Amino acid sequence: MREITYRQALNEALAEELERDPNVFLMGEEVAEYQGAYKVSQGLLERFGPDRVIDTPISENGFAGLGVGAAMVGLRPIIEFMTFSFSLVAFDQVVNNAPNMLTMSGGQFNIPITFRGPNGPAHQLGATHSHATEALYANVPGLKICTPATPRDAKGLLKTAIRDDNPVLVLESELLYSSKGMVEPPDEELLIPLGEAEVKREGSDVSIICYAQTVPLALAAAQLLEEEDISAEIVDLRSIKPLDERAIYNSVAKTHRVVIVEQDRPFCGVGAEVCYRIQKNIFDELDAPVLRVSQEDVPMPYNEKLEKAVLPSTEKLITAVKKVCYA
Amino acid sequence: MLALMLLIRRFEERASQQYQAQKIGGFCHLYIGQEAVAVGSIAATRPDDYIITAYRDHAHALARGTTANACMAELFGKETGCSRGLGGSMHFFDKKNHMYGGHAIVGAHVPLACGLAFACKYRKEDRVTLCFFGDGAINQGAFHEALNLAALYKLPVVFICENNLFAMGTSVKRSTSLKQIVDRAEGYDIPADIIDGMNFREVRDKLSEIVASIRKDPHPAFVEVRTYRYRGHSMSDPASYRTKDELEKYRLDDPIIRLRAQLTREAKLTNEQFDKIDKQAKDTAIASVKFAEESAGPPLEKLYDYTYVRPRP
Repeated sequence: MREITYRQALNEALAEELERDPNVFLMGEEVAEYQGAYKVSQGLLERFGPDRVIDTPISENGFAGLGVGAAMVGLRPIIEFMTFSFSLVAFDQVVNNAPNMLTMSGGQFNIPITFRGPNGPAHQLGATHSHATEALYANVPGLKICTPATPRDAKGLLKTAIRDDNPVLVLESELLYSSKGMVEPPDEELLIPLGEAEVKREGSDVSIICYAQTVPLALAAAQLLEEEDISAEIVDLRSIKPLDERAIYNSVAKTHRVVIVEQDRPFCGVGAEVCYRIQKNIFDELDAPVLRVSQEDVPMPYNEKLEKAVLPSTEKLITAVKKVCYA
Repeated sequence: MLALMLLIRRFEERASQQYQAQKIGGFCHLYIGQEAVAVGSIAATRPDDYIITAYRDHAHALARGTTANACMAELFGKETGCSRGLGGSMHFFDKKNHMYGGHAIVGAHVPLACGLAFACKYRKEDRVTLCFFGDGAINQGAFHEALNLAALYKLPVVFICENNLFAMGTSVKRSTSLKQIVDRAEGYDIPADIIDGMNFREVRDKLSEIVASIRKDPHPAFVEVRTYRYRGHSMSDPASYRTKDELEKYRLDDPIIRLRAQLTREAKLTNEQFDKIDKQAKDTAIASVKFAEESAGPPLEKLYDYTYVRPRP
């Protein structure tokens, strides 16, 4: 194991999969000559050439659709959205074409495509650039969605996504690109299955269910809670769809108290679904109502103080945890 | 080719009947009047070239070699249909015959065509992609993005605009700022041409030239094929937005009558021969209804089988 950044981990995943399979290509805005808007594709143009690392015009609908078409005949496109906020311009391709093709064609055409890029609020980018799109896409049958929070998960999940025969969304986090973590050396194949959550910290008093940017937030909260003698278990979903229900229930059966902390909006958010499943399937294990910490239900304000008020935070999470622990 | 055009005509007439008898559900958009476009264009291709079209797609599948049985069964929602009864009228797919759909969001498949063509170029194959769409698609963003990408990446694709003068009930005049649709291509530096879509031979010959030139040196091309649909936009549309005189004018220029006249003039076709071909087409269409009726529907147990493809063993 060695320590690398989330950005480097993604870069390694891309390079390894481009190397492994000639059907894989990377396409998106500024991925080639500019080396990636967030430098995730740094060095790939030089290594794999312009036929496989391809700059596009600002044309999300067009190049996302191009990817879907190429996938119909067996190529394995990796389509980078500079941010998933821009994927909304390509919504029709991601929602209507990629996941529907297999059903509509009676099983003849699967779409082995990866859509990837940063998702969720970053820092003071305002309403149009701060979308957390996971709940929008999770509502669509035929899509798979993963949300890596650590460099190791970023590498392992992206590689698995590229090899998956279905459309997969890899929702990265801009705020995590420079974060560091331990990852297996490059000569060791790292594949993390979609649909497997990971307990990032063991605990006994409360389960904090989180993903993506809320994982470091939850870990920070757990540390502070420790000082108050509350032992929090941190369950990182890693994939939103498929959802690892077993991991959730295992943790809930152990702690009997749950707080879900999510980076998206409250109404029909990921936490709403997780919460529904918990009460439906292991209601008897609960000692307190399930609480959710999410964004406020408003378009993201630019002002720093207001933005902070909208976002989930360690403080908000700790308050919720104390509530379910009746502490 | 006359036989194929007749088969499409007779198939569509039967489909119309069966729709009225409520054997076919959803939307059903008929191609009657436009037969020379699909048949003429596809006649200019190799069997391994790629075909993709919009929702008025029955003819393109039939022209590509999908059987009348598989097409009718799809309209009936049966498992023997070309999309196993899961696609319906607007979503005909046939992988074996390189028919890539059947796409029902107007303009949304034009980028897909770029992807098919991109794959050919990526793999250094000399296949050509034909992308059909109606005059209604040319004002969609996806169409414009796709044309730009095709020109930028020099993709081997022919954009075939089947201009039947109406996007549902809105005439080209009321939807499009240009005097002629073909000028759309100029904005993207894509070579373009206008073709008489009621003349099978003109469609086939012009497309053959274009396809040959693309095979030699990959690039996109655009054609505006002027045609006319005799029926409404879909089965529920009485088409009151146009006059009887206009319809009659086009009916006199019918692509099947025209090809028949050409062949007769050249002494390549007798009335008896024509009648025989037409009878065969009618029989095939009638038989396809029987086949569809007798086929089983997709089993409920398979409901979840096509949402995700399972991992390869």
